[in-house]
Amino acid sequence: MSQWLPEDISTYGPDVDRLFYLIYYITGFACIGVLLCMLYFLVKYRHREGRRAIYSHGNNTLEIIWTIVPALVFVMLGFMSRSVWAHIRQTLPETDIRVRVTGKQFNWVMQYPGLDGVLGTADDVKAENSLHVPTGKPVRVILSSEDVIHSFFLPNARLKQDAVPGRDIEVWFEATKPGKYDIPCAELCGFGHGNMLGYLTVHDPASFKAWAAEKKAFPVEGGGA
Amino acid sequence: MTEAAPAHAEAHHEPGFVRKYLFSTDHKMIGKQFLTVSLFMLIIGGGLAMLVRWQLAWPGSVIPGMGWVPEPYMVQGTISPAFYNTAFTMHATIMIFFVVMPILVGCFGNFLIPLMIGARDMAFPVLNMLSFWVALLSGILMLAGFVVPGGHASGGWTSYAPLSAVPAYTGVDWGQNLWCISIIVLGISSLMGSINYITTIINMRAPGMTWFRMPLVIWSLFITAILLLLALPVLTAALGMLLMDRMAGTSFFIPKGGGQPLLWQHLFWFFGHPEVYIMILPAMGIASDLLATFSRKPIFGYKAMAYSMIGIAFLGWIVWGHHMFQSGMSPALGTSFMISTMVIGVPSAIKVFNWLGTLWGGSIRFTTAMLHALAFVSMFLIGGLSGIFMASTPVDIFIHDTYFIVAHIHYVLFGGSLFAIFGGITYWFPKMYGRMMNETLGKIHFFLTFIFFNGTFFPMHILGIGGHMRRIFNPEYYDFLKPLQPVNHFITVNALCLGATQFIFAFNYYYSLYKGKKAEQNPWKANTLEWVAATPPPHGNFDAIPTVFRGPYEYSSPLVTEDWLPQNRDLGPASGLAH
Repeated sequence: MSQWLPEDISTYGPDVDRLFYLIYYITGFACIGVLLCMLYFLVKYRHREGRRAIYSHGNNTLEIIWTIVPALVFVMLGFMSRSVWAHIRQTLPETDIRVRVTGKQFNWVMQYPGLDGVLGTADDVKAENSLHVPTGKPVRVILSSEDVIHSFFLPNARLKQDAVPGRDIEVWFEATKPGKYDIPCAELCGFGHGNMLGYLTVHDPASFKAWAAEKKAFPVEGGGA
Repeated sequence: MTEAAPAHAEAHHEPGFVRKYLFSTDHKMIGKQFLTVSLFMLIIGGGLAMLVRWQLAWPGSVIPGMGWVPEPYMVQGTISPAFYNTAFTMHATIMIFFVVMPILVGCFGNFLIPLMIGARDMAFPVLNMLSFWVALLSGILMLAGFVVPGGHASGGWTSYAPLSAVPAYTGVDWGQNLWCISIIVLGISSLMGSINYITTIINMRAPGMTWFRMPLVIWSLFITAILLLLALPVLTAALGMLLMDRMAGTSFFIPKGGGQPLLWQHLFWFFGHPEVYIMILPAMGIASDLLATFSRKPIFGYKAMAYSMIGIAFLGWIVWGHHMFQSGMSPALGTSFMISTMVIGVPSAIKVFNWLGTLWGGSIRFTTAMLHALAFVSMFLIGGLSGIFMASTPVDIFIHDTYFIVAHIHYVLFGGSLFAIFGGITYWFPKMYGRMMNETLGKIHFFLTFIFFNGTFFPMHILGIGGHMRRIFNPEYYDFLKPLQPVNHFITVNALCLGATQFIFAFNYYYSLYKGKKAEQNPWKANTLEWVAATPPPHGNFDAIPTVFRGPYEYSSPLVTEDWLPQNRDLGPASGLAH
């Protein structure tokens, strides 16, 4: 089972995965329980000559139990999900790594702040389909789109967010493991949807510094503000 | 309740050929017309699914026998990315709007409502006839989209703006316009139908047919009609706005002119979520009736079943936002939609447990119809449970827009609705056509469908958990999806077998229509009123309007020696004891 989810490389990924497995075990248990019960009834109560079905219109006690039990499970799942959701989406940690990612048919355009450390100035560094981030630091991604709705999907970081034209949407993640990962588009965006693919490169802090210095992106020691 | 009945009866003399088979105002013929057209559309919708599956398993390879298809669609038997988008868009559109909805609501609604409540026809027979012809017009408009320059709509069945709002973004022009117009026309047909159903059920029930003596399938169709009446106008309004954006220069959904793309999603899903229940509630009703009949038992918790359907209908209006957790909608709103979505799971759970309770202590007959009903319960169970993953907002971040969603919706709409449809057709076929469907062929069709259905859709959960996005042209393009490609092969082989299996059903249907065993008036020994009418029922249904003495599920009642007790049978003073 655990190998089915892609490898997690984000700090909040384990919370999401834990919730996923919790729901998996609860629904798996409910599913197998009900199916076994059904199979048992089908065999035990199959039609045989001379036996008559039990005449019963139901049972209110049972009815109340099987209303309240699922309701309690759902409420519990709701509360557990709420806190993880709030951590991922409703609080944005302070960070100096901010990148603008713009979707367009059919590419991701990344915009890094230049040596002044401010996004949206003349010295910004642009790249297509390649996002570079360091480990150990929250990264804020400001998502927008030039044309249609795209969906920025980092399967390994458990991050997915639509990029909507006309809006800036901020999301964040903090990577834990260096490597190169896919950034597909998860929302149908036209005939090139299936070819829209960028790459996330996660560096350790030292190699990120080297990459930034080479690209003249982000304020690095000895250069810029 | 039925003062109008005698006057009605006089009008029902035997009509001529055109009036009987074409422009019929008889609810039974209209139901059969809906069925015939929908089964034809099922072939097209299913065929498109086969193309999609082929492409996903063997991207870019030549599809055998498809070399003749002209350029914009296929290039020497291979699918182009643009046509691939059209194929899954039209697969979903056709299956939802022209197969599942018209069979469940158009066919079963029309055929069953007057018969099961003991009425001679619908309240407005001419409006009823119009609802079919308008629906057929809508179907023709939809199919016409395949032959216009630029090809058919390719923005997904959800047609998210601005992709669908600006022709340049997809390269599709008239195809998308026709898509909008066709569904607007279909909305008009649905309005006619739903007004008719609601009026008929409220006003024309036979004497003694109180609300809580109605079969659950009638309850489900009544609630569905209310949902249709309220949901489709929202979609019609949204489609009108989309058409204006495309053709009249407005910008409701285009940011450049001050529009808001998320407005489309809110309007679409405000219709779209109730729509999901429109496509599952009648199936629940059909399954309930079949389970009771073939378990020879009263339905377990009849009132809980009716109330849970009402609950689902109410809650169905406040959960649409769960389709939009990753859309950029406020995260705080995400939390409230998560809670309402979790709550709507409760009535669904109640229904599953009550079906189980109905089987408990029964005397179960494994007819083909019953097997389909049992498949409905178990597959709906899996589809319902997989929905909890999406309801949980953090898990949805990963699951959203992956094949997990595709698995979920197919477990609900194929495993659920379509199995109930097969069960319902098998069950009511004798009443519709006066002949039985072949049980052996029916069982072969059932078991193969059940096996290949699960072989097709269960592994899609695994694809989704692996991160496989929906609607991508070539899964081999992504490094992280490469290990999943054997699963895609397995799914496609099963899907092709699933498609082929349906020809057994088609053969059985047409074979039984002409050569099937002659049906008795009440071959299943069922209690409900449609079996009181002659087989097949004449225009006007009943010799005399039946009087109803009890609920529809009095199977194995201690009051009688047989294990069934029809709703209209007068037991004299003893009948007061029964429900």
